[in-house]
Amino acid sequence: MTPSNRRAPWFFLSPYLLLTLIFFIYPFLNAIILAFHQTNGPKSRAFVGWRNFIFVLSDSDFHTAFWNTTIYALASICVQLPLSLGFAMLLNAKKDNLKGIFRLILFSPHLVGQVFVGIIFALLFMPRHGLFNRFLQGLIFWGLDQEWLSNPALVMPALIIVSMWMYVGFNMIYFLAALQNVDQELTEAAMIDGANAWHRFWTVTVPAIKPVAVFVVIMSTIGSYQLFEMPYSMLRGYGPKNAGLTIVGYLYRTAFETGDLGTGAAIGWVLALIIFTFSMAQMAIARGTEID
Amino acid sequence: MVGLGLSYLLLPKQRQRITTIQRYVVLLLVAILILSPFLWLVSAVFKDTDVLMQYAFLPPLSEWSSETLNLKNFYNPETEELDSLFEAEKTIEGEVHFWRYLANSLFLASTSTIVTLFFSSLGGYALAKYEFHGKYAIISFMLGTMMIPGLLLLAPLYNLIYKIGWMDSYWALLVPGASSAFGMFLFRQACLSVPNSLMEAARIDGCSEFSIYLNIVMPLVRPMTGAFCLVSFLGNWNSFVYPNIYIQTQSKLTLPVILNQFVDVYSQQYGIFLAGTLIAIIPPAILFFALQREFISGLTSGAIKG
Repeated sequence: MTPSNRRAPWFFLSPYLLLTLIFFIYPFLNAIILAFHQTNGPKSRAFVGWRNFIFVLSDSDFHTAFWNTTIYALASICVQLPLSLGFAMLLNAKKDNLKGIFRLILFSPHLVGQVFVGIIFALLFMPRHGLFNRFLQGLIFWGLDQEWLSNPALVMPALIIVSMWMYVGFNMIYFLAALQNVDQELTEAAMIDGANAWHRFWTVTVPAIKPVAVFVVIMSTIGSYQLFEMPYSMLRGYGPKNAGLTIVGYLYRTAFETGDLGTGAAIGWVLALIIFTFSMAQMAIARGTEID
Repeated sequence: MVGLGLSYLLLPKQRQRITTIQRYVVLLLVAILILSPFLWLVSAVFKDTDVLMQYAFLPPLSEWSSETLNLKNFYNPETEELDSLFEAEKTIEGEVHFWRYLANSLFLASTSTIVTLFFSSLGGYALAKYEFHGKYAIISFMLGTMMIPGLLLLAPLYNLIYKIGWMDSYWALLVPGASSAFGMFLFRQACLSVPNSLMEAARIDGCSEFSIYLNIVMPLVRPMTGAFCLVSFLGNWNSFVYPNIYIQTQSKLTLPVILNQFVDVYSQQYGIFLAGTLIAIIPPAILFFALQREFISGLTSGAIKG
């Protein structure tokens, strides 16, 4: 290699290295320091030890936020992802000219920013006049007068319904791509051997899509735990009795509405720890269930 | 519906009752469910405020008139008050037009996309096509940073921006995200498949290393470029938290931030902020239709290969 060849990669990487140093490593280290300080806006601070963490972990609003976010994440994984897989399997015919169009339609909600989704669905959930309430009334003769966004018991179901609309198609794209990996010969061989479809699903399809499924589950978990903008805009804040308060909402409120950046940083660490723990657990489970 | 989807797969071939038509019926129902909020939005912005909530979508044909369907949500010359989207808002800093927010969002999202594309592809190319000390350390570090939720850094980053003096400045929105680890990872994966012999041939012809990147490698990774542009543009266009905490001057605000405020400003005049929302959805939709082929393949390649 010529000297210019040796210098070139460092030169090409320098923007990344410089920006990462200033806007990632420095704030990252600062997040550790900040979490142990009491602050009042960006200007003043005083060392308080673990008090920020103790405050957060014993704050009942944090408990509410944690459970709300966890219910949302569970619904994403247990309801939304199977739906995405179901639609992907429905769409996965070999020759299908309409496949592309359905894929576009199912994906289209993902283009709409969460704030805009919140603005639109706040009106779709209106009692008496909202499109969703009318739809439910027409379908199951119930729901026209339900106050989805001001009845604390209905706030989380409403958020989950909106998240279905936003992400079912997005996750379907991944499953659809994964289904291309399913070995058709293997499916046929299993069929000849008399394996029923349920059996075929678990022995042929599931192993083939497993790497992608693990990826999608982990991405959904990480994304779910960072939910904030959609409920914040749809509920004009955090909902009645904090019924729509999420962990990031709690972080945002503490750091920027109350101005307590130290506690905000501590919440950030707690959130990072939660996400890290769940992703690791999911990866371990995925590895543990390896058949061969 | 899912039951149908599953039974399609699960029932033995002989007893499979699901025909192509049934499959299409299910998919069509799902498509209608997905599209109905869009249809509702489009019809809502053309309805008069008085009848907006009266009809689920558009009024029946017999009711069509300028009383029920009009453009008053966008522009209303009849009244003096602030009651249409394109009327100038009077703020303490003077009049601000809706176009201003649209222009701000367009400027920020496209500038940010181009800069991030350049730095990320350059970095990804370096990590794919050169051998040097520390290369694998950088790659592991990069993948490690991708595991850390960006919001962890929200408070300290705010602190930093405040210290640098970038509060209320677009630098705060453009610079910190100018190089994305995720983007570098995607471009590294794409650049790995570019044959070394092409680069060697160019070197013999006297091409500089940068011109190899620009003229040889970049044209070959075009699908990834398209996919990355869309992801990056969507992220920036729809970004709410950062502009909301950094920007205070009214005339510098972006669409997500201002529309979120409009919901309170125009509390009962839904049509006005819905009209703004509709306009805010159009640019990403145009870009998506232009880049959809690249997008779908680029989106999934990371997951499938990885």
